[in-house]
Amino acid sequence: MLIAVLAGFVLAMFAPVLTRWLGHRVGWVMALYPAAVMIWLAGQVPQVMQGGGLYFEQAWAPSLGLSLSFWLDGLSLMFGLLISGIGTLILLYASGYMKGDPRVGRFYAIMLCFMSSMLGVVMADGLMSLFVFWELTSITSYLLIGFDHEDEKARKSALQGLLVTFSGGLALMSGLIMLNLVTGSWSLREIIGGEVSLRDNALYLPILLCLLGGAFTKSAQFPFHFWLPNAMAAPTPVSAFLHSATMVKAGIYLMARISPEFSGTSAWTLILCVFGAVTMLTGAFLALRFSGIKKVLAYSTIMALGTLTMLLGIGSEAALIAFVAFLFAHSLYKGALFMVAGSLDHETGTKDIDAMGGLFRKMPVTALSALVAALSLGGIIPLFGFVAKELLFEAVLATSQLTTFLLAMTLVSSILVVAAAGIVALRPFFGALKETPKTPHEAPVTMLAGPFILAGLSLILGFLPPLVGQPILAPAARAVMGGELTMSLYLWHGINTALIMSMVSLLLGLVICWQWRRVRGLIARLNPLLDRGPESGYWRLMDGLVRFSEWQTRVLQNGHMRNYLLMTLTVFVGLTGYALLVRHSLSLNLALDMRIHEIVVAAVTAASAVAACLMRSRLAAVAASGVMGFGIALLFLLFSAPDLAITQLLIETLTVILLILVLFRMPRFADLSTAGERIRDAIVALLTGALMSLLVLTMYDVNLFPSISEYMVDNSVDLAHGHNIVNVILVDFRALDTLGEIFVLALAATGVFAMLKLQTREKKAR
Amino acid sequence: MKTGTLILSVAARMLVPLQVLFSIFLLLRGHNEPGGGFIAGLVVAGAFALHQFVYGPAATRRLLRVDPRDCIGFGLVLGVVSALPAWLAGEAFMTAQWWPVLNTPLIFDVGVYLVVLGSVLTAVITLTEVDKDDY
Repeated sequence: MLIAVLAGFVLAMFAPVLTRWLGHRVGWVMALYPAAVMIWLAGQVPQVMQGGGLYFEQAWAPSLGLSLSFWLDGLSLMFGLLISGIGTLILLYASGYMKGDPRVGRFYAIMLCFMSSMLGVVMADGLMSLFVFWELTSITSYLLIGFDHEDEKARKSALQGLLVTFSGGLALMSGLIMLNLVTGSWSLREIIGGEVSLRDNALYLPILLCLLGGAFTKSAQFPFHFWLPNAMAAPTPVSAFLHSATMVKAGIYLMARISPEFSGTSAWTLILCVFGAVTMLTGAFLALRFSGIKKVLAYSTIMALGTLTMLLGIGSEAALIAFVAFLFAHSLYKGALFMVAGSLDHETGTKDIDAMGGLFRKMPVTALSALVAALSLGGIIPLFGFVAKELLFEAVLATSQLTTFLLAMTLVSSILVVAAAGIVALRPFFGALKETPKTPHEAPVTMLAGPFILAGLSLILGFLPPLVGQPILAPAARAVMGGELTMSLYLWHGINTALIMSMVSLLLGLVICWQWRRVRGLIARLNPLLDRGPESGYWRLMDGLVRFSEWQTRVLQNGHMRNYLLMTLTVFVGLTGYALLVRHSLSLNLALDMRIHEIVVAAVTAASAVAACLMRSRLAAVAASGVMGFGIALLFLLFSAPDLAITQLLIETLTVILLILVLFRMPRFADLSTAGERIRDAIVALLTGALMSLLVLTMYDVNLFPSISEYMVDNSVDLAHGHNIVNVILVDFRALDTLGEIFVLALAATGVFAMLKLQTREKKAR
Repeated sequence: MKTGTLILSVAARMLVPLQVLFSIFLLLRGHNEPGGGFIAGLVVAGAFALHQFVYGPAATRRLLRVDPRDCIGFGLVLGVVSALPAWLAGEAFMTAQWWPVLNTPLIFDVGVYLVVLGSVLTAVITLTEVDKDDY
């Protein structure tokens, strides 16, 4: 399991190298990873059908009770299969789509990282592992949305997606931590199957709100829906994968995952139903507003996500069956449609539906796939989408609360979605052939396979829904339900209310599709209102943030080292001095036992410090501070700390070298400060020094905590096989700290390099 | 291009290899005696800094063969890699593993050594090169 999830990251490292050897054909190699994962997952199906599952655990930080653990049950399995299956097709598709692009290597590297993180999300068992993978999907999708990083719009969209999902991620983290506080466990499996009842807990609502905050932002629920259509700036294979099958479904996954433990309360039902329904309608309505094919698809995705949320909110057995069926159907047809959109863009050079027409003859296979997938999107018999839609209507009809509201919303949305499906599938392919930037011809085989297979699946499963129902959907629905349920999917439900609703929506939808241009004109009249939607709030927030940070940068980060020092030291003296004087009674033990040579070294050190302040030449000042450093090193030696002394000596040497190099570049020595400022600085410096001395002397007497050095001294040889305790601490006991330190060091060096090189380049440019 | 005096250049020619050797000695004995990756990294950085003062940054780059920035990256990778074998042994992340000859703290220490070496030299060489560009 660990291998299944992490292999993608490892493979991603080699993607650029492999690309150099194989060119765009590297997609074939890369697709082996998701294909292998899919086969492995398919092999687990029988076991999961029996109600079993897989569990894997690896200690991570045992002292905190954290472990890296994975858990495969029906729900994870369904998501995993979708991710790996669609992922395989997308990677193959991308090898055609990205052909000739010099950035193929980078593309596959990020794509694989994303795939692995996504698999991690749906299989994670530990709350923290879930969170880590969750954030990884945000980061990788940021890189993917902003893949055309030279395009400002792509960069902005990527940042928008990142900020929205990250703010949700923060909410999610607090939710997960509260969940741990209440249940005392880090494991999802234990929490969901556990005895602690969350519904009666006082923290139930805060936890729910936090978790939903994460899920809603990720899954683009109203009012956070705006980032998803903007994310269409990504290359189409990315949109097809992230924004149809996977990333946006992570939020849905989370809600489904916690549903057994959280659902059923009025808060759950109300929030999910209302937000889901509003999102559903918003998405379906806005889909008709745009003529960009990817935008239409993106908004219809929002509609689907809203529907899924609503179904989870209803939470009845019928609703959950509809949930899994709809989710599965949506992944199939939306993946196919996005790939079709990419092919159209690739072959015609435009994304505008208005600019396309009559392409059926030029691209028959693409058109056929699009048609079948769109029929599924519109929920038209005999596609799998129809099965899902019937279930959806039935589930909504059977609700006990909010029935009229939900029913009306569902009906209107499905009318609009039929229209959207018609627009996507009919307009580009039929009618008169139009002039496009590129002469259209059929897409290459790699780009046909994906949409064709997915659309074909929609068709086959429409006739034979049990093919997928028993092995995959039923275990998933059981996992969401948290109990047993009976599931029987079939295509023909007989003539009932649901069917009539389907017919009505089909008819009205086609009318809208036919009159699309007029409808768009009508919607355009609402533009002033729509422009004031949640997205404008986001932009206003961003502008405010920029202004605020500019202001505080001017005030705090004004580029003068002496100001930083002054501020840092004053705050330090103020706070520490306060704590020291008020919290502790000062009882200094001044009976120090000093030898004559120690006094001499200390005096020389102090004198050189004073000299460094008074020198009129820079070189002399550097030399004086060098003397001070060597004096300190000598003190370390006298008190038998050879490691410290060596380090101090070397650091001192290198500091002098660096200082001299910097000083070469400085203007002549000059007095820039007034006498008053100098006195102020001197006072601050003296106070700081005095406080440090006081602190050291106090620490000598006060013993707040039992010292840990005893432990280190005792165990250094036994546990770490080393006699040099300093080094043992650095590389073994406290290795994590050291790891952090070397990263800081590397960052600092990179900073120096960037600053100096950049400056030089600017100078040269001038 | 030579910049240093005769004494300095002769001294550097003898000192640099010695310092490099000494740094490796410090690195390896660090676990039991004063030394270790950090100190050794500083020593070797000092050696190359000396070399650079005498022969100029271009010569030092040639001597190093690798860009000091690559040293940083490679060191960080070693640091992270040394944390992983514990997983294979089924222990908590970063638990030290001891094998004959090699052990993870040593790998980690070598990582520290490379990062320190790389960081200091990046700063020193860049500063000198910028000087050259300017004047």
